[in-house]
Amino acid sequence: MAEADADIIVRLDGVEKHFGAVHALDGVDFAVRAGECVGLVGHNGAGKSTLMHVLAGTLAPDKGGIAIGGAAQSGYTVTLAQALGIRCVFQELSLCPNLTVAENARINHASLKGIGWRRRAGDLILAKLDEIFPGHGIGPADVVRDLPIGKRQMVEVARAFTVTIDPLRLVILDEPTSSLDAQTAGQLLAFVRRVVADGASCILISHLLGEVLENSNRIVVMRDGKVIAADKAAAFDRDKLVTAMGAAGKPVRVATERTAERDSTTPIRIRARPERQADGAELVAHEGEIVGLAGLSGHGQTELLLAIFNGAARRTDRIEVTASVALVAGDRQADGIFSLWSIGENIGIRSIAQLRKGMLISPASEDEFAASWQKKINIRTPDIRNNILSLSGGNQQKALFARALGSDARIVLMDDPMRGVDIGTKREVYELIRQEARGGRTFLWYTTETDELEHCDHVYVFRNGRIVADLRRDELTEEKVIQSSFQATG
Amino acid sequence: MLAGMTPRRLLRALLPALSLTLILIGIAWLNPRAISYFGFTLMLNLAIPIALATIAQMFVITGNDLDLSIGTFVGFVGCVTATWLRDEPLFGTLVLVGAIGVYAALGALIHLRNLPSIVVTLGMSFVWQGLAILLLPKPGGKAPDWLLHLMGFKSPWVPFPIIAAIVIAVVAHIGLMRTSYGAVLRGAGGNPVAISRAGWSLLKTKVAMFALAGLFGVLSGMALIGITTSADANIGNGYTLLSIAGVILGGGEFVGGRVSPIGAVIGALTLALAASPLLTFMHIPPDWQVGANGAILIIVLAARALISRREG
Amino acid sequence: MSVLRALIAKPWIWSFVGALAVWLAAIIFTGGSGAGGMLTAALSLAVFMVIVGIGQMFVITLGPGNVDLSLPANIGLASAVAMKVMDGNDSMVAVGLLAALAMGMAIGAANYLLIWALRIPPIIATLSASFIIQSIDISYGRGLQIKPPPGFADFTNVQILGVPILAILTVVFTIAAAIALQRTIYGRSVTAVGQNIRAAWLAGVPVGRIRFLTYMLSGTLGGLNGALLAGYFRGANVDIGNEYLLASIAVVVIGGTSVAGGKANVPGVWGAALFLVLLLTMLNTFGVSAGVRLLVTGLVIVGVITAAGGQKALR
Repeated sequence: MAEADADIIVRLDGVEKHFGAVHALDGVDFAVRAGECVGLVGHNGAGKSTLMHVLAGTLAPDKGGIAIGGAAQSGYTVTLAQALGIRCVFQELSLCPNLTVAENARINHASLKGIGWRRRAGDLILAKLDEIFPGHGIGPADVVRDLPIGKRQMVEVARAFTVTIDPLRLVILDEPTSSLDAQTAGQLLAFVRRVVADGASCILISHLLGEVLENSNRIVVMRDGKVIAADKAAAFDRDKLVTAMGAAGKPVRVATERTAERDSTTPIRIRARPERQADGAELVAHEGEIVGLAGLSGHGQTELLLAIFNGAARRTDRIEVTASVALVAGDRQADGIFSLWSIGENIGIRSIAQLRKGMLISPASEDEFAASWQKKINIRTPDIRNNILSLSGGNQQKALFARALGSDARIVLMDDPMRGVDIGTKREVYELIRQEARGGRTFLWYTTETDELEHCDHVYVFRNGRIVADLRRDELTEEKVIQSSFQATG
Repeated sequence: MLAGMTPRRLLRALLPALSLTLILIGIAWLNPRAISYFGFTLMLNLAIPIALATIAQMFVITGNDLDLSIGTFVGFVGCVTATWLRDEPLFGTLVLVGAIGVYAALGALIHLRNLPSIVVTLGMSFVWQGLAILLLPKPGGKAPDWLLHLMGFKSPWVPFPIIAAIVIAVVAHIGLMRTSYGAVLRGAGGNPVAISRAGWSLLKTKVAMFALAGLFGVLSGMALIGITTSADANIGNGYTLLSIAGVILGGGEFVGGRVSPIGAVIGALTLALAASPLLTFMHIPPDWQVGANGAILIIVLAARALISRREG
Repeated sequence: MSVLRALIAKPWIWSFVGALAVWLAAIIFTGGSGAGGMLTAALSLAVFMVIVGIGQMFVITLGPGNVDLSLPANIGLASAVAMKVMDGNDSMVAVGLLAALAMGMAIGAANYLLIWALRIPPIIATLSASFIIQSIDISYGRGLQIKPPPGFADFTNVQILGVPILAILTVVFTIAAAIALQRTIYGRSVTAVGQNIRAAWLAGVPVGRIRFLTYMLSGTLGGLNGALLAGYFRGANVDIGNEYLLASIAVVVIGGTSVAGGKANVPGVWGAALFLVLLLTMLNTFGVSAGVRLLVTGLVIVGVITAAGGQKALR
């Protein structure tokens, strides 16, 4: 056991992390040895991101232990992680756009100072760029802002591998090839294999299953905050991974009483084509339909919803919307909640025009409106006039639903609104959505949870900003969704 | 550096120098005799204090803040220079150093309490103004002799203001753009989260920026009195807008940590010429000279917005 | 006891407490004489701060970075315009007022045009605009002795039982503004935009239009203020609005409106205006010079904003 421990760069034991009711990490045991590349795969909400943040020191686990190089850590922080040799390349770039490539390298290495620092920083990053991406065409004096996103990604990755004082033991790469073209992606992965062969370690998170299969020594599959499968890479193939990530072959429960009565006279409410769609496929939604948008998060679903939201006001050649729209935000902090207002005010904002008596908003109407929705959607609060932040996350989300559903909009767009919401709340809202749809409202539902797609009449799967699959209710299975979400080859 | 330059980006980068050239051409056309050693010395006289104030403002803007008190601060420094610095040099120096300390403390306050710099500096502008009036209720005082000699220096061949401007530009450029900590300071404006994740203290960067602004503000006030020989509490009031305009003219942006020290100095020179000499030569009545400053800023920003928009 | 507790909980109470404290300090210093006169004078002067303070309050409530720095120049120009149009003629008072209001509205619209079309931060847009307005004012009002029509001037100075009529009207206006903020679509939209501009847009609020209307409102109130000031002080001049730059922001900040946007405190504007005016009066009573007055005003602003703190970091 002892020699095996010394070999282990990082070990997580029984790590848990909760965000309110959500178990982002639900007791995870995870270890990486020296000289190995661990592939980490999983569908939305599996917990990969959270795991990465815990390893990098940006998030502290609620329970469980972290050991680096055999030494247990308490009070583990980013600075400590870096000193111990753990580097991270996150998906959101952490370069300063106004600085040059060399200057950005300097930012990460405090020892690069004094006379000639610029030359040394430039040489350092250039050498690493040459090593990883031969023929890259990036100069150390290039300003990051002026580089295309692919080159920025290259700089970010190269910088993570530069070494001055702190050692390089483990590099976590989160979707590192997402902005790279095929050739550069290949260069990066070849480099990773070399580095790993020389004794460093790497965690590779990617939705490109082929990439993971080809470049990892071991693969770990996560789902719902737990590790459900971990084995040598050779033990897996695409199908096995897909099966493991999904609900182990269980079919999507088809809710029985949902029938979309649709004939040739049902009006079309929305026609929308994503910006990057080359093949003319488009999203079509009829009145009374619940249309799902699926696929991995961040693959263009929100962009299309926002385009449709704007399209209600102004028609473009890509988007056609024939009725009023309301939107239920998923990121409620950024897009939904007015934190200084009461629950009632938050619910009523979309409908204030209807809550007037004469010129002024009538407090009585407002209270009545809010109270009726509190009952309808079951918001648990002693007083609708309390501040919105007094509600639990799930109930805040319900308030956002009430805002949209209580308005006069005939189309409701939902931007992954159930993220982090407890199952009880979800069930209550699903029923309401079905009810409203029967009443003639159209719903566009972007969700990262494949279970929710069972409520949809029709599902469009997105990948890389395009619609790649169009599944009717009767042909919908979780496996098909996952398959379309992940690319066949790296 | 020129590798990634599209024609539009090049235009943006050269905008400061182009504006200056245009103004010079305008002056040369209207009054050819102004283009001479004597002419430049006279016209660019006030360019030095304006340039110093502009650099001060530049440091603050680099950190995504704005200093609305630089004008009255320059006035205060001027009053101190014309009184204490002359009569009680040690005390005067202490006061000026203390003033820089106050600026540094403001930076710390703004960072720690997450305050909007507009409101804080607006309040401080009245503090400096009040202090200046207390010191010199009526215009008066006299600049120290050494300062008079310095600012009145007749350099051979090239007019002194131009030499001074070059020195200022070079020093600021080296300090902010070439040193290793300068990169950190600019990075703090560009992506503060990344800087702080890399282990740098954002408090220190904010304090450094404001302290530098204070330093250059002091230099600006001293230079101004060296030229005008006596002081008055309101003497620097126009420098707030001029300094902001200078930074923007020089290619700087309000957010993102993108500034250019050399551009800022060129911008200051342009404004010094446009603010008075050009307008006088164009026979624009003094009433309109105030407005012309505002108009120039708007025109420059409009030009930039147009270029950026087409650049996409 | 619960009444007291409820009263203390009101956010605007503190500015009134401050005003009361300052008034008491001043009275103690003078030994009680002139207390009533001091209040009347304070009310008269506070009126002008409140009018532009309310406009500035709406702008600041729009969210961080929104502020109208063109008010002083606006006020100066409006005073000149009003006086010129009225031309010493009582029958032209209404027209003159309308002209000043229209001028202010145009300035507000122009400000927003700069902000929207050139994408410059409101600070810079309104600051630049103010310089241009100043020039217009200087050349427009050149040389003429612009005196207000006698009836108008008298009206602005009328008092009922020691309370200036302008104060009464302004209080009515303040109540209307409070109602507008809380109970009209416009008012709700402003506070929505100020709290979270993106959420407001996604909730269907016409963000651009709301900002436009707000800058116009601020400009219009500046115009009104200019006309009234010219009447009260019996003459227009370029610098008549200068002290209202800091004053308009100060009454908003001290009155308890959040500088981060989304939370406005209407009664607080009155409390803060009284506080500031009484503070200045007290300083005058103490025989303090202009310099100390400026110093104290500035320090009070910095003190209050430091105590209030900024927007909590969202990270």
